Amino acid sequence: METAFTPGLSAIGGVLIGLAATLLMASIGRIAGATGILAGFFAPANAGDWMWRAAMLAGMVSAPLLVHAATGEMPAITIPVPNWALAIGGFIVGVGVVLASGCTSGHGVCGLARLSPRSLVATLTFMITTAVTVFVIRHVIAG
Amino acid sequence: MPYLVVYLAGLLFGLGIMISGMANPAKVINFFDVFGTWDPSLIFVMGGALLTTLLGYRVVLARERPWLGDRFHLPTSRVIDTRLVAGAAIFGVGWGIAGFCPGGALPALGSGRADVALFVAALAAGILTTRAVLEHRARQTTDKPTSPGAR
Repeated sequence: METAFTPGLSAIGGVLIGLAATLLMASIGRIAGATGILAGFFAPANAGDWMWRAAMLAGMVSAPLLVHAATGEMPAITIPVPNWALAIGGFIVGVGVVLASGCTSGHGVCGLARLSPRSLVATLTFMITTAVTVFVIRHVIAG
Repeated sequence: MPYLVVYLAGLLFGLGIMISGMANPAKVINFFDVFGTWDPSLIFVMGGALLTTLLGYRVVLARERPWLGDRFHLPTSRVIDTRLVAGAAIFGVGWGIAGFCPGGALPALGSGRADVALFVAALAAGILTTRAVLEHRARQTTDKPTSPGAR
């Protein structure tokens, strides 16, 4: 299925993500990594540690509601895979991001912005294996 | 006060994810489908986010401490080991199958869609299971250091 090329909106969205990461570091000195925030939400070090994670997650979840309030419609979320693929893929993502200590936001944005060699290796690795997986599913299995 | 600022950071992050298309698996999978219905949009997300954070961190991390916290919590591990590479490789396989990464799926939860909730529940199960296994193994081999904190 084709999707429209949206360089402008995507770049604006990227800048907002970067501003969010900068704000979180400037205010409470934390990395804006979705994996770390979610993992720590389930097993916080103390009550204050849980609170900031809960506040961050609440803000994230509020975003589509704000878009809905402003534009009158929910942002496009088209899921081209069956539910079983979401369940299996979700579990595999969970295993991988804990082992790698980060995901696209933690390694790919915050880690690279700190010029971390670990994040560079992690980001290159997951970009390659994601592309290979999509190729195999779309052009080897389905093709 | 700190929690209000953090809430705003989360909202900003979520808006960026929604506007950029990172919460749209059709777009994400197309980004990786170079030999099919390729949509290069996400390179602009990564580029915009990385450049902004690079500049932002440069200013922020030059300060002694954050405004509302006692110190910067930065990862200290510098080891590039099998666990890092294997974990990143596994993450990519799941991302390619589902089209959602954690930062893409969490804001999408607010849409109220059951299929997004299914992905997040499976993601949480994967995170908790892997943590439990790592902690169990760390208890068995007490001479080895425990796992470094996730980002």
